[in-house]
Amino acid sequence: MRSQNEFSYGGDATVKRPELGKEISDQDWDNFVYNRKSLRGKHWELWQHLSGCRQWIKVQRDTATHEIFKTLKANEDIS
Amino acid sequence: MQKYSVFSLVKNALSNHENWDLAWKDPTPKKEYDVVIIGGGGHGLATAYYLAKEHNITNVAIIEKGWIGGGNVGRNTTIIRSNYMHDDNALFSEFGMDLWRRMSQDLNYNVMFSPRGIINLAHSDAQMNTYARRGNSMRLNGIDAVLLNREEVREIIPMADFSENVRFPIFGGLMQPSAGTARHDAVAWGYARQADDMGVDIIQNCEVIGFDVSAGKINGVRTSRGDIKAKKIGLCVAGSTNILAEKLNMTLPIETHLLQACVSEPVKPVLDKVVTFGAGHFYISQSDKGEMVMGGDLDGYNSYAQRGNLPTLQHVLTEGIAMMPFLSKLKMLRTWGGIMDMSMDGSPIIDKTHIEGLYLNCGWCYGGFKATPASGWTFAHTIAQDRVHELNAGYSLNRFNTGHLLDEKGLGTKTWIS
Ligand SMILES: Cc1cc2nc3c(=O)[nH]c(=O)nc-3n(C[C@H](O)[C@H](O)[C@H](O)COP(=O)(O)OP(=O)(O)OC[C@H]3O[C@@H](n4cnc5c(N)ncnc54)[C@H](O)[C@@H]3O)c2cc1C
Repeated sequence: MRSQNEFSYGGDATVKRPELGKEISDQDWDNFVYNRKSLRGKHWELWQHLSGCRQWIKVQRDTATHEIFKTLKANEDIS
Repeated sequence: MQKYSVFSLVKNALSNHENWDLAWKDPTPKKEYDVVIIGGGGHGLATAYYLAKEHNITNVAIIEKGWIGGGNVGRNTTIIRSNYMHDDNALFSEFGMDLWRRMSQDLNYNVMFSPRGIINLAHSDAQMNTYARRGNSMRLNGIDAVLLNREEVREIIPMADFSENVRFPIFGGLMQPSAGTARHDAVAWGYARQADDMGVDIIQNCEVIGFDVSAGKINGVRTSRGDIKAKKIGLCVAGSTNILAEKLNMTLPIETHLLQACVSEPVKPVLDKVVTFGAGHFYISQSDKGEMVMGGDLDGYNSYAQRGNLPTLQHVLTEGIAMMPFLSKLKMLRTWGGIMDMSMDGSPIIDKTHIEGLYLNCGWCYGGFKATPASGWTFAHTIAQDRVHELNAGYSLNRFNTGHLLDEKGLGTKTWIS
């Protein structure tokens, strides 16, 4: 168990940057930069163990109860 | 409606205060209204009031899932100000300041508006320069701003830490003398009482659970107390905006985050201004009861919890003690939290949507209490006339698409650090 203080938040982990070199619409870009679902309940998000090993991880957390269901490494895909 | 006055107070005292009228009724929802406002917070109530008062639209319902005033309007720290640099924010907020000054008279309800002044402290030369620039922008827009040096600040708030060996010495500050506070509950109740009197139905314990949309038009809402038809619907649900947006298949430039506040035990009058720390997020004022009212950072991750966690509170209060060391001697009386509709540029959205008859009021971040009258006034105009007023033209939904952001603090889209 590590203290919450050691971790720093990195936002919604389901947001994907549009692929480089491909034609994308303004709407795609908007969705990447600004638009968020931010719902109540299960939420995949990025955290960094900033005051520790400095690794980025993906965490599935309940935004109402803060219960944590799953964690993944930053490069693992959310299934 | 009974007018509240010293005479009605005396008259009712003679009958042991047993014969006061109810401040608002508890109607059963009708099948159809001209306008339905979702959310009985400050903004929803003010919108209904101005729809009736300014536009003569009184066949209106406010649908509130809990009780009116139970959301952020009853949880905030009541700071009212217009110390903005960008024209859109400055003009909108200063229009609101005028409404605040008249509010107790207009509503026949004492909202205890107290224009005691706000001081934003500066802790470096660079920050003094930024404040000079902001102060000048404010004055160009007709808003009062005074740049204070260290000695002038010391005269006003001698209890702050002016010793030499501190990490963030006070260089000076920017003051808006006309800023202040008001009693938040009274604002909600005052608008509710007048709106009810003009014919608005205030429907509590009624949750909106879905929408009836067809062919790009809104026809009504589904609620926990049955379907209600309306050709015009206004969303004023603050921290629940993302939840209702999803039911409308809309994804908005909004994230839901938690903000905490706390009050100390009551003490004798010591602080007659609102003061903000300039090297982090901490602000403080003293309530009429004597409690020190304090707040600061968001909890830092998406949250619907409506109550906060300790690390943020500890962090915020550490800043408070750095600024005013006497605070360390006080006991904490209460802490609480509210869920905030954080927009991606820190400014709100008051606009029409791509669905005909559906209007959006959201993105208030942690500054929506002061906006209550101006938001209600402009939103009522937008709904009644089906077009935005020049005061809220800058608060469009598509500004994110066109690049016309209103990022007052220049912080970008990481809403949780703003
Ligand atoms: C701790 C804290 C401190 C703050 N400090 C300040 C400050 O000093 N100055 C300032 O200007 N602002 C401040 N704010 C921000 C301010 O309180 C909000 O921006 C503002 O109150 C939001 O507008 P509102 O009053 O309409 O929201 P609310 O009062 O939250 O109203 C929204 C209403 O919608 C209802 N609702 C939600 N979903 C549904 C549904 N599905 N069906 C029916 N009803 C629904 C809710 O129950 C709620 O009553 C603070 C907020 C917090 C939490």
